[in-house]
Amino acid sequence: MSDQTLIEIKDLTFLRGERKIFDGISLKIPKGKVTAIMGPSGTGKTTLLKLIAGQLKPDSGEIWVEGENVHKLARKKLYGLRRKMGMLFQSGALLTDLNVFDNVAFPLREHTKLPEEIINSLVDMKLQAVGLRGAKNLMPSQLSGGMSRRVALARGIALDPEMIFYDEPFVGQDPITMGVLVELISKLNHSLGLTSVVVSHDVNEVLSIADYVCVISEGKIIAEGSKEEILQGESEYVNQFVKGLPDGPVPFHYPVKPYLSESDGAVN
Amino acid sequence: MQRQLKIEIWVGAFVLMSIAALLMIALQVSNFSSWKEKPSYQVSALFDNVGGLKVRAPVKMSGVVVGRVTSIGVDPQSFKARVTMKIDRTYNELSIDSSASILTAGLLGDQYIGIEIGGDEEYLAEGSEFELTQSALVLEDLIGQMLVKFSDSGE
Amino acid sequence: MGLLIKTMQKRSIKLNGLIGLLQKTGHNSLQILASVGRGAMFIMSLLPALPYSFWRFDLLVKQIYVAGVLSLPIILTAGLFVGMVMSLQGYNVLVDYNSEEAVGSMTALSLLRELGPVISALLFAGRAGSALTAEIGLMRSTEQISALEMMAIDPLKHIYAPRFSAGLITLPLLTLLFIALGIIGGYMVAVGWLGVDEGAFWSQMNSHVDWREDVVNGIIKSVAFAILISMIALFQGFNAIPTSEGVSNATTKTVVHSSLGVLGLDFVLTAVMF
Ligand SMILES: Nc1ncnc2c1ncn2[C@@H]1O[C@H](COP(=O)(O)OP(=O)(O)OP(=O)(O)O)[C@@H](O)[C@H]1O
Ligand SMILES: [Mg+2]
Repeated sequence: MSDQTLIEIKDLTFLRGERKIFDGISLKIPKGKVTAIMGPSGTGKTTLLKLIAGQLKPDSGEIWVEGENVHKLARKKLYGLRRKMGMLFQSGALLTDLNVFDNVAFPLREHTKLPEEIINSLVDMKLQAVGLRGAKNLMPSQLSGGMSRRVALARGIALDPEMIFYDEPFVGQDPITMGVLVELISKLNHSLGLTSVVVSHDVNEVLSIADYVCVISEGKIIAEGSKEEILQGESEYVNQFVKGLPDGPVPFHYPVKPYLSESDGAVN
Repeated sequence: MQRQLKIEIWVGAFVLMSIAALLMIALQVSNFSSWKEKPSYQVSALFDNVGGLKVRAPVKMSGVVVGRVTSIGVDPQSFKARVTMKIDRTYNELSIDSSASILTAGLLGDQYIGIEIGGDEEYLAEGSEFELTQSALVLEDLIGQMLVKFSDSGE
Repeated sequence: MGLLIKTMQKRSIKLNGLIGLLQKTGHNSLQILASVGRGAMFIMSLLPALPYSFWRFDLLVKQIYVAGVLSLPIILTAGLFVGMVMSLQGYNVLVDYNSEEAVGSMTALSLLRELGPVISALLFAGRAGSALTAEIGLMRSTEQISALEMMAIDPLKHIYAPRFSAGLITLPLLTLLFIALGIIGGYMVAVGWLGVDEGAFWSQMNSHVDWREDVVNGIIKSVAFAILISMIALFQGFNAIPTSEGVSNATTKTVVHSSLGVLGLDFVLTAVMF
């Protein structure tokens, strides 16, 4: 497979109120590979996925997907582009008024004119892949967190997208399911030539499937490169993050003034 | 899909009920049936005083509604009130010397125009005018006249 | 505008006394202006999506069910009782003037011109409007709307447009039912209970209620109220802060704003129409 770039982020800056979530980051996501995005909680990994999908607008900088500037696209074209994307939301985001089966069938029914029998077998296949074919008549409120995320995954791949974004796919899964999901993600990637972007804290699982790794912290990319480069890298940041050490340069706290100066402010 | 069917049946019933309500309001409650333009012709009459007559007030003949007032205005030449009214085509044989008076239904009721048939061979037609008219009774004038009479007889 | 508000927010230092009051007023009016602006933008982007709701009939029908059929019990009951009370009160007044036959036309006129459109709209705001805001707010807070966008399904067409059109269709229909039930209630009390002559009851009504003046104007009013309430409810859901508190605030706002809006608009329309 070639080393083409599918998604290119150029000098992206994004603010939430006063706070800079991204401060001029640039990143290339290669086509047909699994790219892992890692970083401490609250750095903006979810935000980055939403920026790529055009749900949020950057304050400056550009994002190019398949040679198109996402934030300059007309509404219709943007929706056209999104049909090629699958997104697994951190919260699952199932439609609560439909049962599991209808949730997975939803994008198929909306976007294709397939007869109901074919939809039936397609949905069964996708649910089988995530191990939930038996749960197809349950409503989303009857699912556990991990189950809803797996249903959301089945829904995300229902239309066989060209690229798929996984936001924390392994959270809340038991070790066995996690193993199955890791395998599923890499199988989808290799057999269908999908481009996958995986956001995850589960360093070992992600690193086992990722071709390319990018670590974000405090609005900057602090390390990127192939899996090997990252693992052998010198950076203290990366080392701490990958090994999960409590002490080190990676900030654990949301940005805040030191204790003393804040209490100073309160007195005035 | 079963659910969708149930929803559709309910919505259908809801819409039908609403249409029934509309029909009831149109036919039973309002004057929708007389609102449809029946063939009619316009005549007018000059009155010294229209009192409380209003547009859309009925025009009656022997107590039967035969038309409606369409406009009330002041005639620029005579400075009298000109009342135009629409009369049903079915009543097209009203003699030209019929008279129009402004009457009141009951003591405090609405005012309407009463037509008294004359004897002429010629009939009122589109654009004709009543020759004989009688204005509305205005209570103040009536009392004034009475007072004058009383003071006259007292002398 | 946005910049101004940002600086206002940055400077939300608490000032005391009169200046503080002034600052607060200024701050609040800017925020109101901004939300009116956002509302207008939202409506403008919704308009082109509206025809779509007739193309996707299944979505529309479902929303008519939710907003209309589920509101039927409260509307029908309220209509019946309002008509009965009107008739009873009217009779008590009119009987002193020996004109109790007029009770029919009085009930019908007040129902058609004011009570029908206004009370139905208030009930609709409370029953369907609030539910609409809560539903959309929750869909946003659980990222369902985002998920739709990601599935390349435009929430404007798929979520907002059918709900707006359904409101637009439903409220006038509910109003008609309210009025019809009210008149039936009035008839039951006046003719069935108080012994008003049946013929006089209907004929008085018939000669005083004008199709164009009273019925059509009443329907126009209720269409205007439907637009107002649907707009407020959808916008509040769209604009809600996606937390439980935010959604509950937005729901309250929907009911308060639409009720006040309906009463205010009713005054304006009445002044223009009658
Ligand atoms: N709607 C919002 N309004 C304001 N700030 C927000 C909003 N959503 C997110 N943020 C801020 O943006 C930052 C990035 O959020 P994001 O959800 O992208 O983090 P994340 O990297 O996905 O974290 P996690 O790993 O915990 O999911 C957070 O610090 C949060 O405070
Ligand atoms: Mg996240």
